[in-house]
Formats: sequence, structure tokens, C-alpha cells
Amino acid sequence: MKAALHVLRAGPGCTLQDAGRFGWLRYGVTPAGPMDWIGHGTANLLAGNPAGEGALEIGPGGIVLTAETAPVGLGIAADGFAADVDGRPLPGRAALRLAPGERLTIRPGAFGVWAYLAVAGGFAIPPVMGSLSTHLRSGIGPLDGRAVATDQRLPCHAATHARSLALPGATPWPTVLRFIPGPQREAFTEAGFATFCEATFRVGARSDRMGYRLEGAAVAHASGHDIVSDGIVFGAIQVPGDGQPIVLMADRQPTGGYPKIGTVIRADLPALAQARAGTRLRFRPVTVDAAVAALAAATAALADLPRQAGPMTQGPDRDRLASGDHASGFVNPLDGD
Amino acid sequence: MSGPRLLDAGETALVVEFGDRIDDAIAARVIALDRALSRDPAAGVRELVPTYRSLMIHYDPLAIGRDEVGRLVDRALQDEGAAQGPGRHWRIPACYDPALGEDLAHVAASTGLTTGQVVALHSGARYRVVMYGFAPGWAYLSGLPAALSLPRRASPRDRIPAGSLIVAGGQAIVASGAMPSGWHILGRTAERLFAPHRDPAFLLEVGDSLSFEAVDLATHESLSARSAAGEVVARPVPAG
Repeated sequence: MKAALHVLRAGPGCTLQDAGRFGWLRYGVTPAGPMDWIGHGTANLLAGNPAGEGALEIGPGGIVLTAETAPVGLGIAADGFAADVDGRPLPGRAALRLAPGERLTIRPGAFGVWAYLAVAGGFAIPPVMGSLSTHLRSGIGPLDGRAVATDQRLPCHAATHARSLALPGATPWPTVLRFIPGPQREAFTEAGFATFCEATFRVGARSDRMGYRLEGAAVAHASGHDIVSDGIVFGAIQVPGDGQPIVLMADRQPTGGYPKIGTVIRADLPALAQARAGTRLRFRPVTVDAAVAALAAATAALADLPRQAGPMTQGPDRDRLASGDHASGFVNPLDGD
Repeated sequence: MSGPRLLDAGETALVVEFGDRIDDAIAARVIALDRALSRDPAAGVRELVPTYRSLMIHYDPLAIGRDEVGRLVDRALQDEGAAQGPGRHWRIPACYDPALGEDLAHVAASTGLTTGQVVALHSGARYRVVMYGFAPGWAYLSGLPAALSLPRRASPRDRIPAGSLIVAGGQAIVASGAMPSGWHILGRTAERLFAPHRDPAFLLEVGDSLSFEAVDLATHESLSARSAAGEVVARPVPAG
């Protein structure tokens, strides 16, 4: 009997993602990968997998699924979402065993944009060009490069993970994000750079896996807004002619021709990815050394998460969940520097 | 030759910038550095992404420091001359039948040439792959004759066919997948520059040179059938 998840209902934007499809960027292939690498890694580690294993990224539309024929071990990172099994609420970050016929529902909740669901042992789906990441725009990835759809069957490796674990709830994401100036810092006036560092921006509604739009004061260019295309990283903050920045995200184009005022540091990308439209954000310049220290701290905090997991006692207890007691004692991996 | 600028693209990538414009000599230096660094990949260096004017070096800062990446670049630059030679040369079949070269007449009218002259210029030039961009397998070429330099179309097309040979802004591209584009379509190749299930998935390396070999529509169609069946129909020839 092969283990599998059966998707009863998938909202838009639900995809399979591993750490990313690396090694092909020089041929124009975007790595894709998770929007929130910490959430993605958390779900995998809770499922007993390596942090970069292929997992479901669930967008604001949520998902409903069930285990087919055999139990499946799951790791879930869905802080801010409302997750339950047959009506029994789950903590935001948990490991559990989903028995055949049990129904897991993940719906949007108080905050957050992306939730992650990993299966113990990983999905039994062949990688494409060495990766289980999905890039919808080019159609490269597993499941014919498409999003996970309602009524889809997702084969899983045999469930080896039967623990029922919970992590305490995470503290809210920071709203001041750190960035490294450049590579086209000189394409902006001093006043333009100061605007970017001091103004408050709102996340625009037209934001997706390709890019998050920032709305606020216009960031002034020194001369023109066209450059000869160069490479683009996840987190690059490009400023087109209207002065409204766009942060390029996991599904960005591999190269582009707008000047980039800076790059959001990796440790703060999850906070940006999880910011809903309308969220107010500010940006603070830091050095490469500070960014590397923050990345090292966030990486170490992620690796340490399984050690912090305790038995899932609060799962069925709605009162305690609602009271917020479960939030005590958790160390936010972003508090690293 | 002046040294390149090193610019941080966050803490996981370093841009080695040789210039700010499209120029074959700048592109040649990017390709030379790309080759020199590819020959002996250092631990912690994850990907190299050449563009017209810069090389982006993606690295894992928890495995290799930014300063060490800078030293790798310095050492590779001392070796720059050695890595500058030509790559492979390819003869790529190209069909300029008006059924496929939808913009031939427009390009001829805009440049004051006949369609025959446009085809002769495009197929007679020797190109070099200087970067991939926009979408998987879209190869950007240097070497387009200046006479074929003209702005983009007033209104972009929603979708151009895979294999389209397109030009705009003094640049030439072989478009390997169907995508929207505002460039002018001169013809189409039966070769697939990107075939995800073929080994190699990408036929051309940055630094390879190529020329187009004009074929008629019937030949194009038979080559397309062979190409769809997995055959490589472009011909590699010794560099020279």
C-alpha cells in the first residue's frame, strides 16, 4: 500500500518547493524555492526531514487534504493560519500523524501569507532538473510545472514519523527589515537613498511569488532608470521609473534592467514574504558582516528548533490556544543580531 | 585594462562589473572570468551568472567569506588572457520564410534594406552567446550587424513561438520558449536550445559562437520533426 495525500481542495498558489533549483541560473532558469525559507525548513525539520526537502507551500487560499490508505507523518509550519484535523485545532508549528480518512484543513488566519506542509520521508515525486521546486511562470517543476490542484494525489514515501509534537507559537515578524545597499546605490540621489531608509512603505496588493511591491514616497533616481541588464538575487530591491520599489522574490526573472538600491538580507526575507498587502514596513541599511551574522544566527536557530519541540498537549485545547499561553518561551530566530 | 568593480548584491552574491554598456570587449572579459572561475570551482561558490557587462557570483557566506570570493576574482583576473579564446562554434539552421519571419518586411522597410539583404546580414554574421536571460534558454547574442539595429515594436506580442530569431535595440536573441515579446521576428530555428529532458538540457554555453544557416520551409519542417524527437540538428564545427 503506497502512502499518499489526497488534496480535497487547494486554493490558488499552492506549489511543491524544495530549497531551490540551483545550478541553472546561468541558463536563465530561476531557482524558485520557498518564499519563507525558515517556515519551509521548520516544517521539514518537524517531519524529521532535512531542511531543504520538497514540501508543500500553501498560499493564502489554504488547503484541505486527507491521507489515503496509509498514515502519513506531517510537519506543519503555519503560524498565523488556522489549522485543524477534523475540527481539532493544531498549534501553528506541529508534527503529527494523519490517519487515513482524517482531514487536515489549513485556512488563512490572523497573519502570514505562506504556510508549509512537509511529509515525513518526503514526497515520492520525481525531481525535474534535480529539484522539486516549481516555477509556475516557466512551467518548470514537478506536477508538470503546475500548482497543486484540487483532487490531486501526492504520493509520499512510507511514513516513518509518528511523533506528535508542537513548537510554541512564534513572535510576530519584525517590520523593520535590514538591507545591504547596492549594487546600484549610485543610481540614486542622496535624498532618494534617505527616502528609502526613512520612509514607511506599504506592501502593495499586486504582490506575488515574483515580487512584492512597496508603496510610499517615491525614491529618486540620480539619472534615468534603465541600466544594461545584470543578475538579480532573491531580495533585490529594484526601483522602476515611478520610484516605487519592487522587492524581487523567489520566482523573479534571472536578469533585469532596473537599478537596484539594495538587497533585503536573507535573515529578514521570511518576514517580508509573510507580510500581507497593506503591512507597513521600513528598511534599515546594514553591512555584509552584520547580514552574515544574522544569517548564521537564523540558520542555527532553525537547526535548533526540533530540540525545542515538546509533546502536543495544547492541540485539542481551544481555550488555551486562544489565550496565547502557547506563545511563551519561544525564541524568534530573527532576533539573532 | 582597468580592473572591474566588485559590488554586493546582498550577502550571498558579488557582482563583478566590467562596464555599464553593451560592448563585445566587455562581454569577452566577463566570459573569460566566468571560464577561469568555472575551471576550478571553489567550495562555497554556488553559481556564476554572466551578463553583457558583469559576472554575478552566488556564494554561501557561511562557507566562504566575501573577502575570499574577492581574492578568487583577483587570482582569476591575472589569468584572464589564458581564458579568452573562442568556445565551440555552432551552425544553427534558420528558416527565414515569410510565414515564420513575420517581421521581415517591417524590418526591411524600417532599415531601408530589402528582405533578402536583411536575411543575408542576419545569416551572414558570426555571433557569440554572451548571456541567458528573461526566460530559460533565451540566448542573448553579440555580433548583430549594426544595420539591423532598430527599436522594439510599438506593441509587444502576447506570445512568440519557441525558436524565434528576434532582434531589437542592437541585440539578437534565440528565443527558446514561447513567451511575450516586443522584439522583431526575423525567422525561426528548428533547433531546441533548451530541452529539459535532453542531456545536455541547454545546447549552447556562454562563450560559444554561432552562425545561422538558411534553410527553406520544407527543410525546416523536417528538421523540426527530428528535433522534436530528441535529435540535435545544429552542427558543432571546429572553432576557427
